Amino acid sequence: MSLDKIVDGLTEVDCDVLVIGGGTAGPMAALKAKMKNPNAKVILLEKANVKRSGAISMGMDGLNNAVIPGHATPEQYTREITIANDGIVNQKAVLKYAEQCYSIIQELDKYGIRFQKNENGDFDVKKVHHLGTYVLPMPNGDTVKKALYRQLRRVQLLISNRYIATRLLQGKDGRVAGAIAVNTRTAEFLIVKAKAVILCMGAAGRLGLPASGYLFGTYENAANSGDGYAMAYHAGAKLANLECFQINPLIKDYNGPACAYVAGPFGAYTVNNEDARFIECDYWSGQMMLEFYNELQSGKGPVYLKLNHLHENTISEIESILHKVERPSRGQFHANRGTDYRGNKIEMHVSEIGFCSGHSASGVFVDEFARTTVPGLYAAGDMASVPHSYMLGAFTNGSIAGQHASDFAKDVDFAAYDPEDIARERERVLAPTRREDGIPPNQIEYKTRRFVNDYLQPPKVPQKYRLAQSRFAEVREDMETGMIARNAHELLRALEASSILDCADMAACSSLFRTESRWGLYHLRTDYPGRDDENWFCHTLLGKTDGRMICEKRAVDPYVVPIDDDEKDIYYRQRIEARA
Amino acid sequence: MPLANTPTSVPVVVDNEKCIADKGCTVCVDVCPLDVLRISDLTNKAYMAYDECWYCLPCQCDCPTAALTVNIPFLLK
Repeated sequence: MSLDKIVDGLTEVDCDVLVIGGGTAGPMAALKAKMKNPNAKVILLEKANVKRSGAISMGMDGLNNAVIPGHATPEQYTREITIANDGIVNQKAVLKYAEQCYSIIQELDKYGIRFQKNENGDFDVKKVHHLGTYVLPMPNGDTVKKALYRQLRRVQLLISNRYIATRLLQGKDGRVAGAIAVNTRTAEFLIVKAKAVILCMGAAGRLGLPASGYLFGTYENAANSGDGYAMAYHAGAKLANLECFQINPLIKDYNGPACAYVAGPFGAYTVNNEDARFIECDYWSGQMMLEFYNELQSGKGPVYLKLNHLHENTISEIESILHKVERPSRGQFHANRGTDYRGNKIEMHVSEIGFCSGHSASGVFVDEFARTTVPGLYAAGDMASVPHSYMLGAFTNGSIAGQHASDFAKDVDFAAYDPEDIARERERVLAPTRREDGIPPNQIEYKTRRFVNDYLQPPKVPQKYRLAQSRFAEVREDMETGMIARNAHELLRALEASSILDCADMAACSSLFRTESRWGLYHLRTDYPGRDDENWFCHTLLGKTDGRMICEKRAVDPYVVPIDDDEKDIYYRQRIEARA
Repeated sequence: MPLANTPTSVPVVVDNEKCIADKGCTVCVDVCPLDVLRISDLTNKAYMAYDECWYCLPCQCDCPTAALTVNIPFLLK
């Protein structure tokens, strides 16, 4: 078979700052690292192609969390996200985002990305959250990747497409020394020595199995297979609150957003089978997802997004957005089934689980400078622990990471790694290519993800979780001794299958550790149904200690924006009660 | 255990009349986030080599001759 033939090869390069992941946070991090120090050598490594990679491959309809003077303050936003995330946040990082995001909006505006303004020339910000007003439409949001790419060309950034990073290199003291990557079409190795590394590798979106059974029918870009989470874990970085899963209300079967953030401000809302509203607010929080789940369990399902009461002009406008950006193929999906927003409601369901701080809070632990717990290693975007940060969070925190890493790299030399680490990693990566027969990566992945659905989907039952851990161990044994990759493309999938299995183990471990329920449906335990602030008002940090997966508590840093007692539970008041 | 080939219906359809891969174009192959498209050694036209589609549309939108159609994969259609 000549297709994607495996070639034996290894190249070494070095740079000051290595950014891994060319979706949203990554290009911004690389750009800012280069702008901060134009003499720095910055490399942007991407598994696909920076032109069209990541969650916003086809653009985005708007900013979901814009903190714009006159509409909201950084303190207000920090308060809202603290409440939405049940108090477990590193407020300094949220506040820093909130303070800096407006300057990023202005910068994006300079790049040619337009933001909606009203007739007075003010930003036309919409209310979707429970308390504040933060949603800003982007009328030409389909061009966002192209606009970013132009900036990367402008500073002549070094881009390596079609390389999947597999492991980080570290010096004896643990400081990051670079990364090992493999070409996805030839399986040739690329060793990148770097003084600082920024991980921007997106969500773990290929964790649960979509109800359709199609492995790539995920909410997240299916390329986001949790490689960053796995790499950070193996490098000894701590990962925060992984049990705070990402679960979303999505169009059933299509498994993409409907999207209430776009349609809501026009008057659309979520209803049950009696055409009645049951949630106060369509903002995606764990508490909202719990009401959604309860409604489906109660016999009042299916649940729908309702637009058919809106005026024709309004519906046309909504269509012109939803069928053009983010997931434009939803137009075709509806057309295939004869669904028209004018006459039909859109059937919704509860998605499979994933990790994604962009929507929930599960990510590699970072401080307000995007630093992980490994020296020289940064993380930004959906895989870093700043909660509910969405696209603008990826841009802003990517910018923060890029600037800090650029300064860090100026003051240090390369950390010395053990060359044996490369030899060992080469053997691990290539093992599936050395077998004559065995289990293909898609079957390893399917089995892992089916067990994720069977045992890990909330409500969380500890006995089921322990069974999951046994099943995952068996799959791991099969993966390590029997997985086969016949060409470079299958090897890419084999490496992803390994990341997915690591994430599945992490999801189980962290969920068993936190013996309370929190974040609505995201961490709903049947044996500990209540929130336990006395024992669990803390982060959980998962890490690798002496080769083993261990969880520990980490205190929540003192708030910089105080929360009143009567505000704390506002996100729990989601359900619309029957009115007399 | 030995391997078998199981047929699968793939969502990306290429109009060979319009496709200019034989003239050196590789745009669709370049932009696909899942890297599932290839140029055929037999026809020199683009085709979907791996059934791993996120139905995201960069290939369809960026194709200079509008030769590609991305359908919704059968399992979720």
